[in-house]
Amino acid sequence: MDQNRTSRRSFLTLAMATPLAAATLTACGGSSGPGQAAEGDATIWFLTGAPKEEVRQQSVDSFNETSESGDLAATAYQNDAYKTKIRTAIGAGQAPTLIFSWGGGSVRNWAEAGQIEDLTSWVEENPEVRDRLFDAAWIPGLVDEKIYAVPHETVQPVVLYTNNKLFEQVGAQPPTTWDELMALVPVFNDAGIAPISLAGQSRWTTMMWLEFLVQRVGGTDAYLAINNSQPDAWSNPDVLQALTMAQDLVRAGGFVEGFNSVVADQNADQALLYTDRAAMLLQGSWCYGSIKADGGEFVSSGNLGFQSFPVVTGGKGDGMSTVGNPAQYYSISSSATDEQKEIARAYLADGVLTEEIAEAFIQEAGEVPILKGVEDQLAEAPDGEFLTFVYDIASNAPFFGQSWDQAISPTAAEELLTNIAQLFQLSIEPQQFADNMNAVAGQ
Amino acid sequence: MGTVAVGPAATGPNRVSSKRGNAGPLWWLVLPALAFFTIFGIVPLVGVFALSFTDWDGIGDLRFAGLDSWTAVLRDPELPNALLVTFLIMALSWLFQTPISLLIGVFIAGHQRYRAFLAVLYFVPLLLSSAAIAIVYKALLDPNFGIGAGLGLGFLNQDWLGQRWLALGVVIFVVSWQFVPFHSLIYQGGVRQIPTSMYEAAQLDGAGRIKQFFHITVPQLKYTIITSSTLMVVGSLTFFDLIFVLTQGGPGNATRALALDMYLRGFRASLMGQASAIAVILVLVGLALALLLQRLGGKDANTSQLEGA
Repeated sequence: MDQNRTSRRSFLTLAMATPLAAATLTACGGSSGPGQAAEGDATIWFLTGAPKEEVRQQSVDSFNETSESGDLAATAYQNDAYKTKIRTAIGAGQAPTLIFSWGGGSVRNWAEAGQIEDLTSWVEENPEVRDRLFDAAWIPGLVDEKIYAVPHETVQPVVLYTNNKLFEQVGAQPPTTWDELMALVPVFNDAGIAPISLAGQSRWTTMMWLEFLVQRVGGTDAYLAINNSQPDAWSNPDVLQALTMAQDLVRAGGFVEGFNSVVADQNADQALLYTDRAAMLLQGSWCYGSIKADGGEFVSSGNLGFQSFPVVTGGKGDGMSTVGNPAQYYSISSSATDEQKEIARAYLADGVLTEEIAEAFIQEAGEVPILKGVEDQLAEAPDGEFLTFVYDIASNAPFFGQSWDQAISPTAAEELLTNIAQLFQLSIEPQQFADNMNAVAGQ
Repeated sequence: MGTVAVGPAATGPNRVSSKRGNAGPLWWLVLPALAFFTIFGIVPLVGVFALSFTDWDGIGDLRFAGLDSWTAVLRDPELPNALLVTFLIMALSWLFQTPISLLIGVFIAGHQRYRAFLAVLYFVPLLLSSAAIAIVYKALLDPNFGIGAGLGLGFLNQDWLGQRWLALGVVIFVVSWQFVPFHSLIYQGGVRQIPTSMYEAAQLDGAGRIKQFFHITVPQLKYTIITSSTLMVVGSLTFFDLIFVLTQGGPGNATRALALDMYLRGFRASLMGQASAIAVILVLVGLALALLLQRLGGKDANTSQLEGA
């Protein structure tokens, strides 16, 4: 209805505007690409959201102050909008010089379409670029052993947050095994507390539960088979068992009532934890900052606990491995001019994660930059305990699994998120889930 | 995509041809509109049709893939579900909106001061953007921090967006909440055109208010009802923004209507070929519905209904 009226009205407006538009269209024929960059400047798109947006901007600004090769013009987009926008922009040949991503499937997709630069030889010529960053961070930027995306920013493992006050109230300890977790469900439910907060409407939050279960039950190989879109990766009996265990937890009432209506982008899942309504929350390390900011006294009074995901007794996976975002990434657009590419490479080498910016990520965002040798800075920071915990996970984990929805192709990722939602609503069985996913693997 | 133009596409050419008959040398006046309609309506439509025979992923090279996208779409169990959801939303939101809009329309057609005041209030939802409405409703319906929890009303603490039928109901309700004011306005205009002499005659014959409503107002509004219904039905085909923000098609695929399915396939799953095939299906369904409703309205919608008035 809305569309109808708008299009009719615009139909008329457009008819009247023809001569005007024709004149203006010819006038803007000479403008350069997006981001309103001045001639010769390179463009960069990144994500909005305090406090990291300011740090990103700060990094671009200080690069521009000292840069000899030219300036970067930055534009910030909201997370979900960016994911759609960047694909359309790349497809239309309007990509920014520096393309922000999370590595994995989208980078492979762009590389295979010839839209981003192979940076392997540049990194080999500049080994200091590679050596100063975490080694594991480079992996999601590889496509067939070649570097197409350079890591930057912070490492973001997924951790199990706990509400220590509620655990004390029911006289229980945070779970170290899956069986303990299952045993806690009735304890909390009897006390009128939701055992686990989950923003089910956002789907990727639900996915984290499956990621950990697959890793703990089936081990790293089972996890990687899915990340690498191997055929029948989902039919692995261990994976099926993990799917079944997830449904068992749903059936037992493990998640907060109405979890399918809870949305992560309004931080409602975190709010359940710090308002003492839910005892546990599995979320990314990026939530620490917002729980601290929104939770009042919650963090400062020591009520927030954090730990690794419980082990599954008899499972093939260890309790140290984790999943999440090993880093964020920048690729260089193939359609940029040589001049723009030069600026972009200079920024990746000397601007994107300087010592100063790393410090800002620690102090302002409460996250762990992927720069080697920051342990001391982390320990001294206001949130030293949490930051050191994250750093230890990042540096000691035998395996750091990239999020499935980032690792696999966009087509398979969309199917995965839809199926995960249905699995947790108990509207499909594990076998059907596996069949649906196997059908799109490799697409 | 091209489907946005479905509504005008159905009526545009008709208007053009009827004008040519009685307006003679003024035909060139339609040229600008025609040019724009061609560039922004027809050309994208042809492009979408062509794209549906490729397996384009949005950024790679265009490759001809024959009927691959079509067979994939037609075999996908998602299509019947999306069609079902679309038609459910269409039918139920029509059923919900029409009586309410009609009654409100009749009510605000009166010239009393307080009615004019209320009419302004009723109109407010239409001034808000769909995205904003969806975000607000999402917050209101949050099971833990929403309106139920805020007012302490337990029965409002449902899993509104998490249960299949509840979520569909919420979508229909919010859509109706937004568009009832618009249709009330159409009905208000329709009611004000009914000659008062008819009501006076009916009063003399001893017809009460309810009888007047059913025997004069409703029959006189026949074409208004058809217009409003066409807008509702064809418009509900293109519902996207509100559902996208409110549920993203969830839970599972319970609110994944055709237009949303098209977007998710195209821009989330990067299957532009399949998304284009869905777009073509949308265009066809939209045209079929618009034609059907025109037929229901009789051959010539301009005939007078005022015989005896």
